[in-house]
Amino acid sequence: MRWDVIFKPSSLALYAEGLLTTLGLLLSCLAVGAVLALLFALALTGRNRVLRTMVGAYTYVIRGTPLLIQLYLIYYGIAQLEWVQARWDAVWPWTHFKDPFFCALLAFSLNTAGYTAEILAGAIRETPHGEVEAAQAMGMTRSAVLRRIVLPSALRRALPAYSNEVVMMLHSTSLASAVPAMLDVTAAASRIYSDFYLPFEAYIAAAALYLTVTFTLVGIFRLAERRYLAYLAPRAH
Amino acid sequence: MTGYYASILQGALLTVGVSLAALGVAILLGLAGATAKLSGRPLLVGLSTLYTTLVRGVPELVLMLLVFYGGTIGLNHLLALLGIKATVDINPFLAGVLTIGFIYGAYMTETFRGAILSIPRGQMEAAWAFGMGRFQTFVRITLPQMVRYALPGFTNNWLVLIKATALVSLIGLKEMTYLAKQASSATREPFTFFLFAAALFLVYTSVSLWALRWLDRRFSLGVKRSAA
Repeated sequence: MRWDVIFKPSSLALYAEGLLTTLGLLLSCLAVGAVLALLFALALTGRNRVLRTMVGAYTYVIRGTPLLIQLYLIYYGIAQLEWVQARWDAVWPWTHFKDPFFCALLAFSLNTAGYTAEILAGAIRETPHGEVEAAQAMGMTRSAVLRRIVLPSALRRALPAYSNEVVMMLHSTSLASAVPAMLDVTAAASRIYSDFYLPFEAYIAAAALYLTVTFTLVGIFRLAERRYLAYLAPRAH
Repeated sequence: MTGYYASILQGALLTVGVSLAALGVAILLGLAGATAKLSGRPLLVGLSTLYTTLVRGVPELVLMLLVFYGGTIGLNHLLALLGIKATVDINPFLAGVLTIGFIYGAYMTETFRGAILSIPRGQMEAAWAFGMGRFQTFVRITLPQMVRYALPGFTNNWLVLIKATALVSLIGLKEMTYLAKQASSATREPFTFFLFAAALFLVYTSVSLWALRWLDRRFSLGVKRSAA
């Protein structure tokens, strides 16, 4: 074991750069994914049948195929379409498809949106019907019921499942290393492995970084649950 | 052109092979882990908790690269220490099966532990009162009943496991994803071939889902569900 190589300033800088990419990817795909997921969840629980079927099919396909293939489809696949080829030199937004970070971000966002939409839709469906009825009896419109009654409790109920999804997504960002020119934590480890031929040290250091981030995320969600789900906790005697 | 599709279909067989073999490893590790976690012996509980926490906190890909590249060097190091002048290459199939099995064993441990805890304790006490040993109680009483409680979590783990097999392509196993990538670069039609591989994965996960739902109905016969 030669840990001194891992703690050399140049290696540490590589890991730090990788960590920044990983966290940047994670936070941006969660942000984009959350907005999409909310819209999708409303479609899944809404009355419009066409919309419900379409979004249902979307989440089914996203959840039934590997993220790696979704990533390849966007990174390598889009380039095959002549329609895009004609545009990606000049026309926005197609110019972005030449940027690996954008491709990875798009794949991860679409993926987490599919999973999160199902989590949120499940939480919305679990809203006690009496609450909705009471709100309607008070004369609230559909959007007011959604805004004041359904979403505040559904978002809370979705927290535990969502924290799992966030950790899964952190681990999924390691697939970004499969895209050339992306330097996330895993890619940094692979580079140190190939530079120094030290697979154990390189990948164990990466694993330790991921573990640290995982525990931090779990801790944050535990705090959030204590704050937002306090009213559901068993009563302390 | 059809040759590429045929080769990807052949790769699908390998995907099924890797996933089923990994599932076998995961079930064995899961049962062992759940038993250890529930054994009440500090050492076993500590080890199994360490196993599930570490494995579930690190990405599959990193563990896979660690086992594949690290394992090769480690083995050759060991051989050199023993004075054997031969180099071994770890076969990607074995590395894939072992790592995926090892990772999902941790998830299965949690699923099985929950399932065993859901069985009323009186069932086991009754079995002990009949003079059954620990092993007999497990095979005759615990196992048949825990299937029903474990199935929902098991279904989830299995679907995630299937999708994780795509990662084995990154360490060089020529399964669906790998062959689709090869076909893509040879024909310059990545969209077509990745879509084809994605469709095959979708068929695989859909069939699994359907089969496991059927199994769930079989094992829940005689259980009344309260209408939601």
